[in-house]
Amino acid sequence: MLLQIDWFIIIEKFILIAVIVTTALIVAMYSTYAERKIAAFLQDRRGPNRAGPFGLLQPLADGVKLFMKEEIIPLTSSKTLFIMGPLLAMITATMTSAVIPWGWTIDVAGRQVPLQIADVNIGILYIFGVVSLGVYGIMIGGWASNNKFSLLAAVRGASQMISYELAMGLSLIAVLMLVGDLRMSAIVTHQTQHGWNIIYQPLGFLIFFVCALAECNRTPFDLPEAENELNFGYHQEYSSMKLGFYLFAEYINMFISGVVMSTLFFGGYDIPFVNEAAWGAHWWVGLIGFAVLMAKAFAFIFLFMWIRWTIPRFRYDQLMNLGWKGLLPLALVNMLITAVVVLLLNK
Amino acid sequence: MQALTNRKKQVERKPMTLMEKLYLPSIFKGMGITFSHLFKKKPTISYPEQQRPFPSVFRGLHILNRDEEGRERCTACGLCAVACPAEAITMEAAERQPGEEHLFREEKYAAKYEINMLRCIFCGLCEEACPKDAIYLTQTVAPANYGRKGFIYKKEDLLIPDPTTDREAYEKAKGTIGTGVK
Repeated sequence: MLLQIDWFIIIEKFILIAVIVTTALIVAMYSTYAERKIAAFLQDRRGPNRAGPFGLLQPLADGVKLFMKEEIIPLTSSKTLFIMGPLLAMITATMTSAVIPWGWTIDVAGRQVPLQIADVNIGILYIFGVVSLGVYGIMIGGWASNNKFSLLAAVRGASQMISYELAMGLSLIAVLMLVGDLRMSAIVTHQTQHGWNIIYQPLGFLIFFVCALAECNRTPFDLPEAENELNFGYHQEYSSMKLGFYLFAEYINMFISGVVMSTLFFGGYDIPFVNEAAWGAHWWVGLIGFAVLMAKAFAFIFLFMWIRWTIPRFRYDQLMNLGWKGLLPLALVNMLITAVVVLLLNK
Repeated sequence: MQALTNRKKQVERKPMTLMEKLYLPSIFKGMGITFSHLFKKKPTISYPEQQRPFPSVFRGLHILNRDEEGRERCTACGLCAVACPAEAITMEAAERQPGEEHLFREEKYAAKYEINMLRCIFCGLCEEACPKDAIYLTQTVAPANYGRKGFIYKKEDLLIPDPTTDREAYEKAKGTIGTGVK
């Protein structure tokens, strides 16, 4: 049989994709709620508390509101691209989750099921590739609305994302030197055996974290949506759910970057000082690993929000200065030192 | 030069040290401050359920008072209308007929009594001018309305509930509003 298809793999992957995308969407939904609540708490307010108990239905109410709002497509805009902008942002945001290992390999009716959609051997490169595609969402959105302010903001956003991706990639190379593998699952297994990467790469993590903030367009790097200088940023002409998708994509990005940072620097689904491999390949072990990874990601989301409501926005030249003159040389130095240390230790 | 205020501060122009240039220590300090606010008491009041009490000198919506037997106090003398600087009060007087003694306290009463809440500036001069203790400003805010007509309050809107028949509503209108706040 030439075309022997393993149907179980397909079903298994479909279930995984469905679960993970749904999780990402729900987390993003409740991130909007969490953002408002945390903002409120940091500012001695109460935050949304009317829709449902503790305002827990607020994201649903927001969604309904966004869908019900009048949708305006500017006459002079390029319509196809205008509609494609938020779509691209959403697609690129969700696509990154494909290579992330979400838990240990589990045993389902005698089959070894890895909790990862695709364990490609260029895992982290794939993430970088998809994340840089996210620029298109911003750029097309800003350009298609045929508004000078949107275009300016989009250009700013695009150049910011490209600038910070450099330092991000360089800080990552140090991690890859330690691990010696690009596969996400290998990075996690390496950390379970040798200790988390944060111990060896604190500076690398700091650079990666700052760059992740910039990539997600979170404050203090949220210049693409600088409402006071550029009127509203690249999504100025967007209304109703198209704007909602842009904002939603931002929250998915935040969640995914939290997961990626946990995976790269904080051991992914690994519980510190616990030998999980001894538990065997039960389904609940996979679930615990997933929960641990989610907890780490949530901690990052909280950190993102905490930073947002503390630090004011950068000026654009300060942003570029920090990226090119601050983080990029630092990442280079970090890479060099790691290379030397790795060389000396392996001798 | 003599300082105009006691808040004058000498500006420092020396270059930043490395620690200051890093910004990270100040960022962490700032984040510590915001984090401490997570646990602070929230001064927010959930408005429609909880209400802040007005100060005792607050002047809100008017009421026309009755006496303890439930008779209207107003004799339509017009002093409130004269005292009103915004000219918000208009009234028409009528004569009390035999058999209406349980309704009106004096021989003359206000057949029509209107206050235009769009004109009213809640100065309280009507309250002061009234010789019969008939008009009072309560601790209630005039509610919003859709049309201008809705802001012209008639006698039915202003008159306090009868204390002989509806004691509870009378007490409420007299001014217990805002005392139930935690």
